[in-house]
Amino acid sequence: MKQENIKIALVGNPNAGKSTLFNALTGLRQKTGNFPGVTVEKKSGTFRLPGSDGKQELDVTVVDLPGTYSVYPKSADEGVVMDILANPKHPDYPAAIIVVADASNLQRNLLLFTEISDLGIPTVLALNMLDIAASMKLTVNAVQLAMQLKVPVVKINARTGDGIPNLQQAVRQIIERTEKPELKYFYAPKGNEPALIEEVKELHQLDNDYVALQYVCQHDNFSFLAQPVRAKLDALIEKYGFDEMGFLADETIARYETIKPIIDKAVKSEGVTEQPLWTRKLDKILLHPILGYVTFAVILMVIFQAIFAWASYPMDWLDENTALLIAWTKEILPKGVLNDLLTDGVMAGIGGVIIFIPQIAILFGLVSVLEESGYMARVMVIMDKIMRRFGLNGRSVVPLISGVACAVPAIMTTRSISSRHERLLTILVTPIMSCSARLPIYSILIALIIPSTKVLGIFNMQGLVLFGLYFLGLIGALASAWLISLFIKRTEPGYFMLEMPTFKMPRWGHVGFMMYDSVKSFVLEAGKVILAISIILWVLSSYGPGDHMEVAEQKVVKAMPQAPEQEVAAAIASARLESSYAGNFGRFIEPAIRPLGYDWKIGIALLASFAAREVFVGTMATIYSISGDSEDVLTVKERLVQEKNDQGGPMYTPAVCYSLLIFYVFAMMCMSTIAVVYRETHGWKWPLIQLGYLMVLAYVSAFAVYQIMS
Amino acid sequence: MSVRTVSQLEKGEKAVIRSFTDRVMSLKLLEMGCVPGCVVRLDAVAPLGDPICINVGGCYSLSLRLNEASTIEIE
Repeated sequence: MKQENIKIALVGNPNAGKSTLFNALTGLRQKTGNFPGVTVEKKSGTFRLPGSDGKQELDVTVVDLPGTYSVYPKSADEGVVMDILANPKHPDYPAAIIVVADASNLQRNLLLFTEISDLGIPTVLALNMLDIAASMKLTVNAVQLAMQLKVPVVKINARTGDGIPNLQQAVRQIIERTEKPELKYFYAPKGNEPALIEEVKELHQLDNDYVALQYVCQHDNFSFLAQPVRAKLDALIEKYGFDEMGFLADETIARYETIKPIIDKAVKSEGVTEQPLWTRKLDKILLHPILGYVTFAVILMVIFQAIFAWASYPMDWLDENTALLIAWTKEILPKGVLNDLLTDGVMAGIGGVIIFIPQIAILFGLVSVLEESGYMARVMVIMDKIMRRFGLNGRSVVPLISGVACAVPAIMTTRSISSRHERLLTILVTPIMSCSARLPIYSILIALIIPSTKVLGIFNMQGLVLFGLYFLGLIGALASAWLISLFIKRTEPGYFMLEMPTFKMPRWGHVGFMMYDSVKSFVLEAGKVILAISIILWVLSSYGPGDHMEVAEQKVVKAMPQAPEQEVAAAIASARLESSYAGNFGRFIEPAIRPLGYDWKIGIALLASFAAREVFVGTMATIYSISGDSEDVLTVKERLVQEKNDQGGPMYTPAVCYSLLIFYVFAMMCMSTIAVVYRETHGWKWPLIQLGYLMVLAYVSAFAVYQIMS
Repeated sequence: MSVRTVSQLEKGEKAVIRSFTDRVMSLKLLEMGCVPGCVVRLDAVAPLGDPICINVGGCYSLSLRLNEASTIEIE
């Protein structure tokens, strides 16, 4: 009979190749990296065990659990492992576990293996990274290891797929084992621990000693235990005078003592073991006091060059073609309200989203290459001390860099920061990094006020100002982190402790998948918001209360009897907008934004871009009634130059433009970011605090800039 | 003479781990393979002097902050 839905779990140290094995088993691609903690979301996939020896095929669901160094979690994502493995009622509770071990560092990897094995779930040990072990002159005897550990041990190469069929067979054998062999624990409880274990086993109907010990040690992390149950366990701890910290240290040392003779028998070393030569040589450069920072700066410059210069070609192409497509659609469909909604509302909105695809794809491709190669861990090391001054962690560098593309995925990468305090700070300040959605706003305003002259012969003045805005974002993020850290009490000491992976060639297929995946989630997540806003904005600016709009239109027609048709049309559009719902909104908030130098038209754009900054330029285009290509910077720019303020002078003075620029550097104008912060911090408290402080910061800075400059 | 710690190692110097001074930190270090009796070597110091990278038992490179390293006493 064909059995369905057999669950198995992958467990292993970070960097042991767990995610690579997951891909090799399932063919289902997912995000993996070279620094600890990337595999945070639950990933599952299925594979089919081929039938042989008269046995049927078998479908297996494999769940990739977060990488961890022990069953005792140190960060949010590691907690998932025991929450599943200690709870047989959990939907993901596995029938068997594959423990993936890095053969080049077997002692530390076997610590986790012995812990997992003691939980009593059938386990297979997959030995990975044997090529690295070989280059370190280590040979591992798998048969010897299997005899000592009393589990199947399979040599694999997760990258090339070698040994995977053997591993699948081994999994099949332990799943189909009818007789459960008696469990031989690697850790023998001492003192009054056995008595405590017995009482817990009785209380919770458990048959495994080590699971009972886990109930004692980490019941507060177990989501499946109710509060009264936890209190009872606390009472038991009290009764037996159980010292958790002391126990954990003793247990770990006892396990290493058990592991040592096993390794001595199974691993042969020729001479002194040493990390691969190329890794040591590269580290000499990458961690060098000067060369280290130079390399990092060069890499950052390449990233910037890629996002801003190279990405502009596909972006221009996309821009032109969406404009053509919109014009063409407008042409072939019958004229009317629906046509306008589809073309000016929906299609213009989607166009505004897909224009960012090249930037996002390039940035995530590059970041994923840096992670895959192992370089990101080095960046964390050279940046840790600087980051710490601001209350952050070396690990905060990745979210901050990713924030230059988009704060949403950047905030998701903070899960690898184990200190809650440092993680929260990183989440709070990441949105200040200038994301790609601010770029169109920066471009148009800079083009308006900064001449395209050369400075010192090589630098373009506009480019320098743009760079300055990004720099301001970075400074703002660090300064805010420092300020906030003065107010949020630290509950635990932050720690760094990071395994430095050996350098590896990135898996290019995986890098490609990362690019695809980030683009997909951006288009879906941001796309939804932008689309909705575009439609709402279109409705609000096309309709007005009562017959106000018609009245306004007739006034213009009467006032301009001799003017050319085009001018009249533009004036009509402008007058209609002013009397529309959107225009009324703009008028309503005008008093609040006057001190920053903005009028009601900018007010509409501000309100519209509240949900997503990228709406700003499109809204300006709509408001200033520019027909045709709404994203064309030149035409918007020309119109902005001609715009007059109430006194008849030019509206877009340097003071107004700088005020707007500074406002957008700091303002938290992004619904998707608010949503992701809500999800990552499990509540509304932090997203609201973040929204509040960033808005105040934006308002005050823009106010100061405008008042000083005008 | 006071006990030396990993944070006082010279670049390239090897030492044997003796004990730990901080209970919470010791657990993390143990799980990362820093066991009493294990040989560590200072491989690299970050440009600003902190964190440092130590080689643990010839197996792998671990980066940690100076205040973390100062909880590891050496022989």
